[in-house]
Amino acid sequence: MDSLIHARGLVKRFGDFTAVAGIDVDVRRGEAFGFLGPNGAGKSSTMRMIGCVSPPTDGVLQILGMDPRRDGPKIRAKLGVCPQLDNLDIELTVRENLSTYARFFGIPRKVARQRAAELLDFVQLSERGDSKVEPLSGGMKRRLTIARALVNEPEIVLLDEPTTGLDPQARHLVWERLFRLKQQGVTLVLTTHYMDEAEQLCDRLVVMDGGRIVAEGSPRALIEQYSTREVVELRFAAESQEPYSEKLAGLGERLEVLPDRILLYVFDGDAAVAEVQRRSLAPASVLVRRSSLEDVFLHLTGRTLVD
Amino acid sequence: MVAGAYVLEYHLVNYRRTWRSSALSTLVLPLLTMLGFGLGVGAYVSGGVEGVPYLDWIVPGLIASTAVQAAFGEATWPVLSYFEWLKVYFAQAAAPLRVGDILGGHLAFMLFRVLTSAAAFLGVAALFGAVHSWWAPMTLVVSLVVGLAVAAPTVAYSASVSSDSYLAILMRFAVLPMSLFSGVFFPVESLPVVLRWVAYALPLWHGVELSRDAMLGLAPGWLGLLHVVYLLAWCAAGWLLAHRLFRRRLAV
Repeated sequence: MDSLIHARGLVKRFGDFTAVAGIDVDVRRGEAFGFLGPNGAGKSSTMRMIGCVSPPTDGVLQILGMDPRRDGPKIRAKLGVCPQLDNLDIELTVRENLSTYARFFGIPRKVARQRAAELLDFVQLSERGDSKVEPLSGGMKRRLTIARALVNEPEIVLLDEPTTGLDPQARHLVWERLFRLKQQGVTLVLTTHYMDEAEQLCDRLVVMDGGRIVAEGSPRALIEQYSTREVVELRFAAESQEPYSEKLAGLGERLEVLPDRILLYVFDGDAAVAEVQRRSLAPASVLVRRSSLEDVFLHLTGRTLVD
Repeated sequence: MVAGAYVLEYHLVNYRRTWRSSALSTLVLPLLTMLGFGLGVGAYVSGGVEGVPYLDWIVPGLIASTAVQAAFGEATWPVLSYFEWLKVYFAQAAAPLRVGDILGGHLAFMLFRVLTSAAAFLGVAALFGAVHSWWAPMTLVVSLVVGLAVAAPTVAYSASVSSDSYLAILMRFAVLPMSLFSGVFFPVESLPVVLRWVAYALPLWHGVELSRDAMLGLAPGWLGLLHVVYLLAWCAAGWLLAHRLFRRRLAV
């Protein structure tokens, strides 16, 4: 078993508050592994423990076969970390950000310069190499932070919400670069609350809620297990959608009433729509779509807003 | 140790961006002080102090005081900013550095700033003819010790606050009085007993006494040893406290 990250009953407490309440995780070499969950689910605390900057309160945690409590610096030498908020050196140039950070890993200056040039090329910032960091756009800064996380040629790259706050173009560029890394055999561990990001990047993921893992598997397996193949969204013109739920009884595996529409979880969307018409319910609008990870996520963690 | 040197290197690279403006003030400040106090006030203190011309008497104290000012400047806003605003320490903590490397490397850079400030002052003093002893360069060693004795506990303080208004409080109620009452401008013996003990308790007075002995070529004697031991105690206590507070913020 080539398990790069191995956790059993991992717990993180801050005083009375339990951020991570005993989780089991195994991340294998070369895979892209995701932690999904609403805010406060314990994703970032877990990432910080894996990054060896936060000692576990309880449980087993092994990274690259080593114990973070004892071998923190040795493990961190083989990790690349892209934090949620960019902490670049705004006084330094783009290039210097990479070369000075490389020195913390004991990389010789000459190698550091060379690697900085390669990485700037990789994240498409070569032309901005000598400019300062401050005027860069959000997407450029994030790409630079990712490049900095790669400066020690890490075995595992930890990405905490890698595309939060980026515009669509910038997000797609980041995804494309991360996908390229994965192809090169780098193990990626990321947190996100974007379902499309998880579907795009993750081979396997866990859904966390309230410090626990509530589901685990590949995106496809999770959809199969926790949702149906298709979803029908029906919108009725009436003030309240509630009265229609009775009339739709028996249609599909599950039915969810939202303030503005009703969701029918079914295997065959078109057949369900035909049945709706047969019962002459006449919804104002009908949408048949494939089930997504978002349906799974909302089903597992609820629709209540967590702040 | 080696990893701490990488951190020092980082701070030096960063300093390269701003050294011009800081170098100017490093040179201009001693020049103005020398003109204002040494020559201006000195003209009124016609009898000198403790048998020494006022300029010669005040310069060693000013060097120690400059060292402390530099240490204080580097140990306050930059530290707060590296925790709260720029998050530099957190980026460093993700690399294979220990808390001691991060803290030690930054303190080493602060001592570099202390040394250059004190050396600039010594150079300007030499131009004014206020250097008379071959022991004078020892004042730079004194500056490093008193600089660390102030920097280490100040770093601890800066690591424990979340807003820079606390730094201004430290400046007003600790550093300013310490600079005034530590025998830099007049002998502590002129102070009321209570204030005299405040001077004895704080680090600067010990640095001023040692620096004066060096500049005037006097033997520090047993009392000198006591000064050194007391300053080293401040360094050690400051380091332990700062290390604990850094740990609490970087490894939670």
